[in-house]
Amino acid sequence: MGIKILGFISGLLNGLFGSGGGLAAVPLIESQGIQPKKAHATSVALIFCLSIITAIVYFFNGFIDIKSTISYIPGGIAGAVTGTFLLKRINNSILRRIFGAIMIISSIRIFIK
Amino acid sequence: MIEFLIGFFTGVAASMGLGGGFVLLIFMINFTDISQRQAQGTNILFFLPIALLSIIFHTKNKLIEWSVVLKCIFWGIIGVVAGYLIAWFIDEKWLSYIFAGLMAVVGVKELFHKNLDNTNKNNRIKTLYFQQYYN
Repeated sequence: MGIKILGFISGLLNGLFGSGGGLAAVPLIESQGIQPKKAHATSVALIFCLSIITAIVYFFNGFIDIKSTISYIPGGIAGAVTGTFLLKRINNSILRRIFGAIMIISSIRIFIK
Repeated sequence: MIEFLIGFFTGVAASMGLGGGFVLLIFMINFTDISQRQAQGTNILFFLPIALLSIIFHTKNKLIEWSVVLKCIFWGIIGVVAGYLIAWFIDEKWLSYIFAGLMAVVGVKELFHKNLDNTNKNNRIKTLYFQQYYN
């Protein structure tokens, strides 16, 4: 039962927001008795598979701007490699707090827009 | 250039587990004139090559439990379709508000998270201290 809910909630968030599936996936995979590092990696694989389906659905409904997506990808790949390198070397606690604050400010901006 | 920088910060945040999925969305929603649904679609396509890179890396390190992925996939696809239908039927303004609500919850969680790194470090120091004491 747990595994069905895990898949459904991850997919629901993915289809609804185009992101955020990992928020549900990581703690739910951990609840299946899998250690945190493996749960994080497994969630990437799960969200990747679900994102292919989401991307197809969004694409056929005209909600994907391929040109602008391509313009973000080179920076994204360079950033992913840099992040993997930094992860082993710095304590990301302060960065998490900064990102948290940015998320709160951005959500307030959306509400008052 | 700005696209490269935004892509870069999103990639860094994603690979460090800092909620990278939201960085590009936040930028597109606040600083470009594309709609919420288009921003979401663009974000999901952007995620695919970055995730593929991580999967190759994690597979080499044997960190992915594919049996769990396979068990979740069927209900995950049903979830994707349900999520998309909700996103399709509700007003775009409300979709933005629900998204902002989720982002605020995650933001508060991240801002006030417990620093496990320090806890582990302190525990390590305590362990070393006791090892030295008893030796």
